[in-house]
Amino acid sequence: MSSSPSGFHPTIAVFKFASCDGCQLSLLDCEDELLALAGAVRIANFQEMSRATIEGPYDIAFVEGSITTSHDLERLQRIRATSTTLITIGACATAGGIQALRNFADVQEYTAVVYPRPEFIRTLATSTPIAEHVRVDFELRGCPINRHQLLEVITAALAGRRPAVPRHSVCAECKQRGTTCLLVAGATPCLGPVTQAGCGAICPAVGRGCYGCYGPAEAANPSALGDRLLAGGMAPADVTRWFRTFNSAAPVFTKESLRHDPQRQR
Amino acid sequence: MPDLFPQPGGDGGAGSKPARVVDRAGLDAVIRSLQSRGYRTVGPTVRDRAISLAEISGVADLPQGWHDSQSPGSYRLTPGADLEIFGWAVGADSVKRQLLPPREVVWRAGAQDLVPHEEPAAGLAPLALVGVRPCEVAALGILDRVLGGGRVTDPRYASRREGLFICTVECGSPASTCFCTSMGTGPGAESGFDLAMTEIVEEDDPRYLVRVGSDRGAAVLDEVESQPATLRDEAARQEVLARARTRMGHGVVTEGLPELLERNLENPRWDQVASRCLSCGNCTQVCPTCFCVSVEDITDLAGTVERRRRWASCFEVGHSYIHGGAVRPTTRSRYRQWATHKLGTWHAQFGTSGCVGCGRCIAWCPVGIDLREEVSAIRASDGMRALAPRPGGG
Ligand code: SF4
Ligand code: SF4
Ligand code: SF4
Ligand code: SF4
Repeated sequence: MSSSPSGFHPTIAVFKFASCDGCQLSLLDCEDELLALAGAVRIANFQEMSRATIEGPYDIAFVEGSITTSHDLERLQRIRATSTTLITIGACATAGGIQALRNFADVQEYTAVVYPRPEFIRTLATSTPIAEHVRVDFELRGCPINRHQLLEVITAALAGRRPAVPRHSVCAECKQRGTTCLLVAGATPCLGPVTQAGCGAICPAVGRGCYGCYGPAEAANPSALGDRLLAGGMAPADVTRWFRTFNSAAPVFTKESLRHDPQRQR
Repeated sequence: MPDLFPQPGGDGGAGSKPARVVDRAGLDAVIRSLQSRGYRTVGPTVRDRAISLAEISGVADLPQGWHDSQSPGSYRLTPGADLEIFGWAVGADSVKRQLLPPREVVWRAGAQDLVPHEEPAAGLAPLALVGVRPCEVAALGILDRVLGGGRVTDPRYASRREGLFICTVECGSPASTCFCTSMGTGPGAESGFDLAMTEIVEEDDPRYLVRVGSDRGAAVLDEVESQPATLRDEAARQEVLARARTRMGHGVVTEGLPELLERNLENPRWDQVASRCLSCGNCTQVCPTCFCVSVEDITDLAGTVERRRRWASCFEVGHSYIHGGAVRPTTRSRYRQWATHKLGTWHAQFGTSGCVGCGRCIAWCPVGIDLREEVSAIRASDGMRALAPRPGGG
């Protein structure tokens, strides 16, 4: 297979900001499809795979990670300017990631505790999603992203169609696979009703409540779920913690976490 | 409306055959007899802390001794030492999964050969459902009208439905979420079955009064050791059904319901429920008659095209997407769509209610929204209008 079905042979680049690399590694995780993929696209920049880089412009830029320094911001703007399509991948890029917990705290306090010479650390007070700074053409959610969804986004781009990446709740996938609802059966708290699908509802299937890795579902109603968790006996501070994991900077999750936050009722 | 998949059930023909009584071994023999006729036998089992339908090889696979308790937003299943097999009300799973699977491929086409080719329809042995409740049978009747050959026939549904054998069990243990008496679908079975059982639990082992609804049913029952039903058996059956009626939760007043809903589209109650509703879609997923699917075309790197469909829900924003945006952009408008479709507009569309009163949407709603309560709140405030006019009707 030397080119994509449509004959479109795009140049793809992968860029990283504040992140763990897990999402871009999902690309290498596409083991069965990797050869076909390498034949269908030109990989111009992908440090996890090869040090060889090709200068832009790029047809598709995949951007992982959040913006935590002013240098990040300049680099991001250059990437946007040289890329036709910019797709953010993962919770860091789409919602600030776990490092967005700094948004609720004093980042200087953190650096003082973590680094022996905190004066060398130059960082922004917040961790913010890519879409807060540049135009984003598509957001692929998850912590980490799901490789099937990544392939779907790439094959959709090659075919010039819309990716089938639904924005409904995890509950739909949970019911489709026939898992008994953890909330209703009284087993354990679950964020599935407010979280976007994409993972295949894997956690509820093994008896763990959804952690919210894919961020808010379309039309999510976090305060209704927050009330339900409280009624189920969860302490308000724990409701705050539940909404403050990988997607804490997603506005509706931020809002619900603050509603129960004993420290800062903004 | 013609009978799409005729199954007489109780009203003349094979149905006039006198009822018989079998014991636990006889019930096992019914299952084995179905298997020897080439059926896959599917019935209630305990899986993942709930009653759900799965393939069964005999009576030992059925949920003997298990009992449930259900209320809005809550379901608990507990084991017991008793011999009752059907001592529970429906779980989240329904016959819908068997006939309209959550995900399936509709067709595939290769890179060169762009002529879509039909998937071989299921390719599986015909299905026999054993131990499903009358509300499930009623739900099948509704799905038949939607997918089985009213205005449109879904070939996948129809091929699974054709030859389906139904051995229903009348309901002796409804949950507080059940309201089949309001919807006229239970607790007794009137039609639509090949065999209908009633579990009678007295001092000794349970026995099963079996009524015949079709020639196929009669042939199966003839193979099994049974006794003629006595007057005492018949009276015991009536007692089971009478007790079930009293154990049911509160119901829904169905009189004039479609009209009531139609003139209350601006009732402020919709705002109230929308503030509690998660828009998660669990209610539509568990509803045995919600038939909405989303069709997606998928391409792969080799150039194969696949058309897939999956269960969808009117709680998805994209469900009402037409060019330019979604017609139902708010939870208020989506909850209203769900409730008014099930209980109101379904009548005009398909000639019946879209609800059989199984209570699944009530028990399995994570925040316990109760369709019955929403309807009675609307009835109580009939004619009230939302305070402010809403641009776009959202
Ligand atoms: S277990 Fe969680 S994800 Fe699954 S249906 Fe229940 S609330 Fe939704
Ligand atoms: S609307 Fe609710 S009670 Fe009625 S059939 Fe559907 S799930 Fe059952
Ligand atoms: S209530 Fe909603 S999901 Fe169910 S059949 Fe109607 S439109 Fe479809
Ligand atoms: S009524 Fe309940 S189950 Fe249905 S969408 Fe709303 S919260 Fe989910």
